[in-house]
Amino acid sequence: MRETMAVEAIENGTVIDHIPAGQGLNILSRIQKRNASARVTVGLNLRSGDHGAKDIIKVEGWLFSEQDAAEMALYAPQATVNIIQQYRVEKKFQIGLPGEFTGIFDCPNVNCISHTEPVATRFYVRAGANPITLTCHFCERSFSDSLFTRS
Amino acid sequence: MTNPLYRKDIVSISDLSKSDLELIVTLASIFKKQGPGPYLQQRVIASCFFEASTRTRLSFETAVQRLSGTLIGFSDGANTSTKKGETLTDSIHMISSYADAIIMRHPREGSARLAAEVADVPVINGGDGANQHPSQTLLDLFTIFECQGSLENLSIAFVGDLKYGRTVHSLAQALCHFNPTFYFVAPEVLKMPAYIEAGLNEQGVTFEYLETLEEAIEKVDVLYMTRVQKERFDPTEYMHIASNYVLNADMLHKAKPTMRVLHPLPRVDEINTDVDSTPYAYYFTQAENGVYAREALLSLVMNEQIKELDHA
Repeated sequence: MRETMAVEAIENGTVIDHIPAGQGLNILSRIQKRNASARVTVGLNLRSGDHGAKDIIKVEGWLFSEQDAAEMALYAPQATVNIIQQYRVEKKFQIGLPGEFTGIFDCPNVNCISHTEPVATRFYVRAGANPITLTCHFCERSFSDSLFTRS
Repeated sequence: MTNPLYRKDIVSISDLSKSDLELIVTLASIFKKQGPGPYLQQRVIASCFFEASTRTRLSFETAVQRLSGTLIGFSDGANTSTKKGETLTDSIHMISSYADAIIMRHPREGSARLAAEVADVPVINGGDGANQHPSQTLLDLFTIFECQGSLENLSIAFVGDLKYGRTVHSLAQALCHFNPTFYFVAPEVLKMPAYIEAGLNEQGVTFEYLETLEEAIEKVDVLYMTRVQKERFDPTEYMHIASNYVLNADMLHKAKPTMRVLHPLPRVDEINTDVDSTPYAYYFTQAENGVYAREALLSLVMNEQIKELDHA
């Protein structure tokens, strides 16, 4: 089955492609947290030449900035973001890991002050490490990325 | 000289450079010999202990008084607006409008970092949950410098609870500036956390786990003891494990004459009282040094110029 039949083309918006199969719903959940009324089409476990199987997400009417895309980076650092205007790909970029995440994830340390105060959480990303680690700005604890991406 | 710590928040030991650490140790040595000047005259220091403390609070407050400062504050969060549901953010915002600096202990990790971002005045962390306790590390460094004459190239053993003890984590991190060799003596379940070991490896610091306390004693310049807490084990397991990490005077016959035993206190039974009268015992001096280290820290944070350092 061709991919285009599974997920319809959009006029203006963003297509996140090459999401590792299984991570699509996590990314969808982040998109919905940012904008609950976003019009989203999701394709799960689509055939992919490069990855075996992949998920794909199309968001209508919202042109992602690189910052918007960076929020999804822990789930799918290798995914590509296509910005669509008038049914054409106007811009294409890989998500890539940002240097830090602000206000996106809760701190896994339950005793971290960020849970009880009106502050945005902040994590510094250590991309070279295996696994990728995130260090909390407040409690200084370092965590493996899998703690944040577990569904 | 203009000092680099002036108006700086002291939240984490990792915020301090090697030269910052040396500056504090140097000034603490001077203050211990000749007494401090009135470096907090006309200054109001808020001592905000949202969690109870004995040594840290009393030594900070002694330091403030010896520097001629005035204290406001509380020794227990139960008597504050926190009980009424006020956020720490609001409490610190308010306190920072009253005081010239804030010394703070709080049960939650990251509280001092948050306070430092909210406050318009310097914040000194007196312990934030299990995270950081930088002034303890500074007094430990000063004590090691005092008893060994240097911080460079020392062999140091950490004994007991290396997993949960923020004191040993911060001290190990700070000593990395000074080319140390570390020996760790700990039950398997209380080993150094992986992230600390990874940090040591990254910095090229040599460390080794030893089976017994006796092996460590004959190798080291400093034996840093900590308490193995009963609540981490069932009672039978505790009796079996804890007995391997108890120091008594008989075990010290192979120690270097200059070796010294440190402990952040309170001790329970991990250092037998027969060690107290040996020349190796240095933990009570270490506790006393808390005042000098905190005098030095407060003076540097609150004054651009420190005349004693012009001749140091």
